[in-house]
Amino acid sequence: MSQQLTIAMPKGRIFEEAADMLRKAGYQLPPEFDESRKLILDVPNENIRFILAKPMDVVTYVEHGVADVGIAGKDVMLEEDRDVYEVLDLKISECYLAVAGLPDTKISTVAPKIATKYPKVASSYFREQGEQVEIIKLNGSIELAPLIGLAERIVDIVSTGRTLRENGLVELEHICHITSRLIVNPVSYRMKDEPIDELVERLSKVIGG
Amino acid sequence: MTTGVLTHMFMFEKPLGMVDTLPNLYEVKKKTRNEMTNEIEGWGFEFIETPTLEYYETVGVQSAILDQQLFKLLDQQGHTLVLRPDMTAPIARVAASKLFNNLYPQRLAYSANVFRAQQHEGGRPAEFEQVGVELIGDGTSSADAEVIALMVSVLKKAGLNNFKIAIGHIGYANALFKEVLGNQERADVLRRFLYEKNYVGYREHVKNLPLSSIDKERLFTLLTLRGGIEKVNEAKELVSSKEALNSLEEISQIWSALEAYQVTDYLKLDLNIVSHMSYYTGVLFEVYADHVGFPIGNGGRYDHLFEKFNRAAPATGFGLHLDRLIEALNVTEEATLQCVIYSQERRTEAISYATELRQSNKRVVMQDITGIKDVDAYTKKFEEVSYFIGSRKEEL
Repeated sequence: MSQQLTIAMPKGRIFEEAADMLRKAGYQLPPEFDESRKLILDVPNENIRFILAKPMDVVTYVEHGVADVGIAGKDVMLEEDRDVYEVLDLKISECYLAVAGLPDTKISTVAPKIATKYPKVASSYFREQGEQVEIIKLNGSIELAPLIGLAERIVDIVSTGRTLRENGLVELEHICHITSRLIVNPVSYRMKDEPIDELVERLSKVIGG
Repeated sequence: MTTGVLTHMFMFEKPLGMVDTLPNLYEVKKKTRNEMTNEIEGWGFEFIETPTLEYYETVGVQSAILDQQLFKLLDQQGHTLVLRPDMTAPIARVAASKLFNNLYPQRLAYSANVFRAQQHEGGRPAEFEQVGVELIGDGTSSADAEVIALMVSVLKKAGLNNFKIAIGHIGYANALFKEVLGNQERADVLRRFLYEKNYVGYREHVKNLPLSSIDKERLFTLLTLRGGIEKVNEAKELVSSKEALNSLEEISQIWSALEAYQVTDYLKLDLNIVSHMSYYTGVLFEVYADHVGFPIGNGGRYDHLFEKFNRAAPATGFGLHLDRLIEALNVTEEATLQCVIYSQERRTEAISYATELRQSNKRVVMQDITGIKDVDAYTKKFEEVSYFIGSRKEEL
């Protein structure tokens, strides 16, 4: 019998997309998951267990080894800096990290304030630009910050740019491209190398073709 | 989470990452440690102890543990001290001193607590016990094989059966990068991706390099060099430099020596492991077990560390993380205690009874009956209870 694989995934759209990819890769998953309340979904015929988590937490589960494998956005990987293998770019949920703000505003030269959900990414980005900034951490609705004068700029993920436009903000700088990645716990990568190598190989065929 | 804010301490609190070891765990640790140290002694390694505090400028700097992970303090003269972050550097300091008078090879071992400050959240100790060995002054592949075989033997003696050792060579990837990329800076970028375990970034970076498709393929293939010893042949086809071929030859020699020790079932070749320990110069390895998310041990060859302590000597060794090993073993151990409950008029009798039991290696608690509030509740945790109360001895 093959070893059980525990896969941590964000709830919602990414889970749907990833489950689709697994089906295309030949994994026999049920046509629909009842993921309304459940946090753990078992697929006994494939010996797979899914753990549904907050996107930011997937890397934590995988690093501690309670999940062998996970699907995490590159934005989370950059922010959390966890000791896990990043083995595949799944090329789903594409977006990018950007700096945005109100049009035609001069940024304060003394201590510009930046609001973001990604304090680490933002601070290292501005450091590399040779700018010293003050980071204000928010947990959502980042677009509010420049509108009400909490910060002069924001660092956030942008997919279509609609939210920015609707709030009268403009994109100022492109930081980096983001997609979802397949990540692996370093111990599982050795102790369960067969099912994991197979998963990686089958998924890379789906991505390639 | 660390906060910079000075808040009121509750009296039960400990610094981040510090843990207490309560009786049950203490028993398990002691038993496991004894099994391990007995086996290590059986292979002729001698245990030593070194101080908990070392100078930052010597052991602290040479230890290869990240600077932000060091606990630092000042002594009365103003020197910066560190709580030792590993045992390899202190042992190198001792072994490189005049004490050993160049009488190499030396086989030394340790079982000691090391200290590494944690930046992330809980669940990671900042102080933990390592059991390990260093084989100093022997540069042969036989020495590497001996250390790995001993480690397997130690793990089995501790009761662990389901584990794997990924074994690689720091020289192979370095040589391949040098062959393909020509210069050190470009090689460093790729090594950084391997170190960060970022295969996606590695592939993206290689894709964009101005290289022939054959050379790109060579770099991509590196990521697949994991598995049995047969992967060495595949690895050979990617390289032509002497340095790269030598590192593969070394791995093959170690592997065949380990065949003689009959431990190759536990081994996996992995030519792209890069350790956070920057002092490794040759073969290096990590040990993994089921049900523990982090490696339970690691080791390798470090031939340049001794130069830093002014006495060049090759060396190789391993260190096992005792708490993680115990987590993998998933055992519980309880001390079996006996209790003698006495009243003051029969104290002499009780003492001689307890002494007799203690002489036959029993663990015996002596308790004055007037010191207990609830006898039933108190006696529950003992395997056997004897009473010396009133006029005669009763046994329940």
